[in-house]
Amino acid sequence: MAKKVALLQGNDACAQGAVYAGCTFFGGYPITPSTEVAEVLSGELPKVGGKFIQMEDEIAAMASVIGASLTGAKALTATSGPGVSLKQELIGYACIAETPCVIINVMRGGPSTGMPTGPGQSDVMQAKWGTHGDHAAIALVPASCQEIYEETIRAFNLAEKYRMPVQVLYDEIVGHMRERVEFAEPGELEVIDREAPSVSPEEYKPYDDTKGQIPPLASYGSGYKFHVTGLNKAADGFPTTKAELVDAEERRQIDKVDDNVADIEKFETYMTEDAEVIIWAYGSTSRSARYAVNDLRKEGIKAGLFRPITLWPFPEKQTAELAKQAKAIIVPELNLGQMVIEVERVAKGDCKVAAIGRVDGEPINPGQIAGKVKEVL
Amino acid sequence: MSSPKGEVEIIEQYCKGCNICVAFCPTNVLEMDLFVVKAAKPEACIACMQCELRCPDFAIKVHKKEA
Amino acid sequence: MAYDYDSSIRPGKLPHIWCPGCGHGIVMKGLIRAMDTCELDRKNTAIVSGIGCASRLPGYLDACTLHTAHGRAAAFATGVKMAKPEMDVIVCGGDGDGTAIGGNHFIHACRRNINMTYVLMNNFIYGMTGGQFSPCTPTGDKASTTPYGNPDPIFDISKLAIGAGASFVARTTAFHATQIDKLIAEGIKHKGMAVIEILDDCPTTYGRRNKFRSVVEMMERLKDMAVPVAAAAKLPAEKLEGKILTGILHQEDKPEYTAQYAEVIKKAQGA
Repeated sequence: MAKKVALLQGNDACAQGAVYAGCTFFGGYPITPSTEVAEVLSGELPKVGGKFIQMEDEIAAMASVIGASLTGAKALTATSGPGVSLKQELIGYACIAETPCVIINVMRGGPSTGMPTGPGQSDVMQAKWGTHGDHAAIALVPASCQEIYEETIRAFNLAEKYRMPVQVLYDEIVGHMRERVEFAEPGELEVIDREAPSVSPEEYKPYDDTKGQIPPLASYGSGYKFHVTGLNKAADGFPTTKAELVDAEERRQIDKVDDNVADIEKFETYMTEDAEVIIWAYGSTSRSARYAVNDLRKEGIKAGLFRPITLWPFPEKQTAELAKQAKAIIVPELNLGQMVIEVERVAKGDCKVAAIGRVDGEPINPGQIAGKVKEVL
Repeated sequence: MSSPKGEVEIIEQYCKGCNICVAFCPTNVLEMDLFVVKAAKPEACIACMQCELRCPDFAIKVHKKEA
Repeated sequence: MAYDYDSSIRPGKLPHIWCPGCGHGIVMKGLIRAMDTCELDRKNTAIVSGIGCASRLPGYLDACTLHTAHGRAAAFATGVKMAKPEMDVIVCGGDGDGTAIGGNHFIHACRRNINMTYVLMNNFIYGMTGGQFSPCTPTGDKASTTPYGNPDPIFDISKLAIGAGASFVARTTAFHATQIDKLIAEGIKHKGMAVIEILDDCPTTYGRRNKFRSVVEMMERLKDMAVPVAAAAKLPAEKLEGKILTGILHQEDKPEYTAQYAEVIKKAQGA
């Protein structure tokens, strides 16, 4: 049977991916350039018995998502940089309360209102360091409409599996472009649901890690009565200030990601085997980078592309290996140098690292990247 | 004097000595004793439940006696 | 018989954290009695709070309890209620949490008329942070951040809730213990957003700065301030100066949000 295909906008593909993943709750607030995710889901979710609510502000949207998730719903919000800034406190709440949820960030420039209709990749550090306190982060950076569809599904899977918020970041270019999207058949792509407790309600402790790093999460209204708080807490969910318990909780919540990088990481390499120069690019910028690689190869320059699809946790191993192999890594980004800092940290001086930054609302084009490569080599 | 209508039970470890129960007991059953309430005149209890209702600390139970 | 509060309280959680004479414990007792009156199944009851002294209340109760971030309780609760409308949802918190940092969520929960019961303990102060003035600290009063007296006008929370669209609004005080559970129970039974404002005392951070000599004096003041709505209707305006009306202040039948959304689902599914 022929697969169902459609010409979809990136934001629409995101909404369709969410429905495939089993999302039944969306809480949002309008913001350019993400609004189409909300618009599509306001139509799609009630069709499957799900709920869509437009909340009074960005913070409320994030709060409603966490509340819904605790009842067992797969919950989503979509926003852009300023909205993520407002949501940050509650993203931290979802981290420490270990509540699965997905946050879509369709990136524009900034700071502040910046250029709302222009593309940007300026929230990639915010995705890691935006909320206060130490915490793990998972952020995915799809670069096409098809990939937005698939990565939104994967984001839900990771959120449910690791019991934490997962962010999907794509820039306005990818969010608003239209491409052919092939829909997965039911059962074709993996859909993960959070692990339910195997113990009785009387024995249940929502943060009991004795059987693994990720304690099973019961749902409100399923027979389990338990307490959820943003305070540091013991295994039973109640606040504690005992040093050893607080330390163990904080470290476990970071380790659950660090120890599972192999499961969470995802990347694409293009002509990197013999590459002397690596273009390290993500999102829409990686699309220009692929053209630049082709153009450079035609000129006899051995260029290759490394494209992270999981941005956080940072692809340390792959980046370190490429730094040893190549003479230079070029990092084009629609910001003034964010991920390049991480690349430099991991490269440890093994090769030259150079940035291309752009924040004028225009995309980075292949010629700009090729020019930089020639300048650096 | 008629027999008390209620028996006041005080859970001392919960009492924070706020004095609300003492002040609002209509028959002066209760007294403060070093910041913990005690039933000084238990025989006067009329089981009106005012102390139990207003104790913020879950430290007083009044057991009504069968007539 | 002594009232059985114990079966509603999580084992080992008492004594609670509240200061001597703080009325929050009286409100918690009232809430337990109201939940019992309404025979709420605690497995299907979510009790949601924000941050502050009053927001510590859910942790003591054996139910599905959610202690969230400062001001956000109504928004979290909205997510819970929307996702699982069959659950009973109770929100509790203080005046600063609910009407300052959480003011926007509060008025919009009222506007939606979503079926939940908001027990708002108004003790006129930010207690947990040490007594800074709140939107409900009376003008002229002392707080740690109003050393010369509070220049700010106050919110009338009940009027705010009525104006914002809540379909059940009631008010009482921590002194009026038996009215607390009756009004909360009425609120729980009411289909729609129910706000029960309970004027409360904070002897530690409000009373001491404002020349109250004792907890009892604060309780006496709450008693004296309250005038039942029916009685107030017969009193001349000058007799109501400095008083607050208690009882059910507003009740109306109007569409409830999750029921309205159930209609949206029917339409979307082509029914």
